Amino acid sequence: MKKTTSLSKMVIVLCGLSICSALLLGMVYELTKEPIKKAKENKELEAIKEVVYQEFYNNPYAEKHKIFLGRKKGYVDLFPARDKNGKITSVAIKTYSNNGFGGRIELMVGFLVDGTINKYKVIEQKETPGLGTKITEKKFSHQFQGMHPERQIFKVKQDGGDVDAITAATISSRAVIDAIERGYKAYKKLSTGKSDE
Amino acid sequence: MSYFMIFISAIFVNNIVLAQFLGICPFLGVSKKISTAVGMGSAVCFVMVLSTIVTYLIYHNLLLPYNLTFMNTVVFILVIASLVQMVEIILKKTSPNLYQALGIFLPLITTNCTVLGVALLVIQKDYNLLNSVFYALANSLGFSLAIILFAGLRERLSFVNLPKAVQGAPIALITAGLLSMAFMGFSGIGN
Amino acid sequence: MNKTSYENLTRGIFKENPIFVMLLGMCPTLGVTTTALNGMGMGLATLFVLLMSNCAISAVKHIIPEKIRIPCFILIAATFVTVADLLISAYFSTLHATLGIFIPLIVVNCLILGRAEAFASKNTVFQSALDAIGMGIGFTLALTLLGLIRETLGNGSAFGWKFVSEDAETMMMFIMPPGAFLALAGLIIIINQIRKDKK
Repeated sequence: MKKTTSLSKMVIVLCGLSICSALLLGMVYELTKEPIKKAKENKELEAIKEVVYQEFYNNPYAEKHKIFLGRKKGYVDLFPARDKNGKITSVAIKTYSNNGFGGRIELMVGFLVDGTINKYKVIEQKETPGLGTKITEKKFSHQFQGMHPERQIFKVKQDGGDVDAITAATISSRAVIDAIERGYKAYKKLSTGKSDE
Repeated sequence: MSYFMIFISAIFVNNIVLAQFLGICPFLGVSKKISTAVGMGSAVCFVMVLSTIVTYLIYHNLLLPYNLTFMNTVVFILVIASLVQMVEIILKKTSPNLYQALGIFLPLITTNCTVLGVALLVIQKDYNLLNSVFYALANSLGFSLAIILFAGLRERLSFVNLPKAVQGAPIALITAGLLSMAFMGFSGIGN
Repeated sequence: MNKTSYENLTRGIFKENPIFVMLLGMCPTLGVTTTALNGMGMGLATLFVLLMSNCAISAVKHIIPEKIRIPCFILIAATFVTVADLLISAYFSTLHATLGIFIPLIVVNCLILGRAEAFASKNTVFQSALDAIGMGIGFTLALTLLGLIRETLGNGSAFGWKFVSEDAETMMMFIMPPGAFLALAGLIIIINQIRKDKK
């Protein structure tokens, strides 16, 4: 074996490896693009089914509607659920909060037409297992059913509100409220905005 | 989020080593003496801020416009590796004193996951450039604080007579656990 | 299978276990082992990357110049990490969400580079594959065990199956960061003791 390797050889080897790597990655990316999209869609559709008020007869996914919350504040997705006659019975809103203990939390929240909360389902969370993850459990999520962000004081009890926080996971509880409230505001903005037209 | 909150949160509340578990290898590996811990800490500060700026610019000007975001792990690690090498060469030529202080730590930094971790986290958190720089600086200070405190504890511990099975890694981990518990006292601040 | 092959395969599982004995790859070990399943998922992802990169590195070891071998190893490892990342998010999206940033960080897991440098760059493809499988299994077992201990003590469940009532008080500390350090310390002490007794 030669002691010194020429610069050109090093460049060629490194370039060759990079090209192989890029080709392989491009291929895998193309192959997995569809399944990744589908997995995400399925997850959201499952969540929609769980949170809306009645069974729906349309494809809420096809009627996805983005609601922007003002500059740089991001957006939430709204999925309307219609009955047999095409009338909207409830809506599912994919909303989020950045104030979770482990960062971003994504929820699918079902609202009745008047803004009353039906149910919510956690789509993504990185909370502490056994503590913050209790936001996904019925015991906590059940209390929201029938609540209305404007008729109740929509805060945890520690902050003088009506929501029972999870013991030792107040931050996660607050994040859920924050996310629901964001969804509600977006819904209100859309529904009042529409009546103005 | 204000810059002050970024600082407090990254250094104390979500300390990168003790709460997020990044950079454990150097944390356990080069923390036997305070002086080496200081050297490692400052080398990390230097490289982390620099690499975060470079990877941020590459991500937003190259990967995002061409829809290549799935390549970011590959690109980032190569950028970090070459950046570390370059810093080493430049330091050697321009500032022999600084090179002597930081030199031996630089090769170790490529495989320090805090650097790659922070580069990926600022992308995930969607920070702007200035926020990213602050975030990188705060996290590297958090890393330095943790490793220096830990080295101080270990220097004392080296005089203690321990059972054979507990020597070395186990006692270091127990110390780290206690330190992490102490840092948990900060949790809740800023939320 | 001859004796060296057997040796290469089993070495990583107990005698040179990457976590308990060699202390490599500590970040994911502590970061993702909040439940047994998470630990196992991370272990298997690492096993995949280790296997692929060990094979690739030993296959191309003759054309890589000595001077730039580290960047080449990193490039190969990063490629397979991205492949793993894409595959996991396509077929195991829930796991992808929990493992989060620790998947891209497999690149800087010292275990990958360590085995590349110490083994794959000197041995044949077949032996490197055996080494990777052994080390990967050792890593996965260790992560699953640590995850199981933390989940049992901290959450009162094992592999997601809850065996205490919903309201029971569990030792939360074990799923929080300090518990990770303490649980691993405890495990290493026990293993050190066993190894000492054997000698």
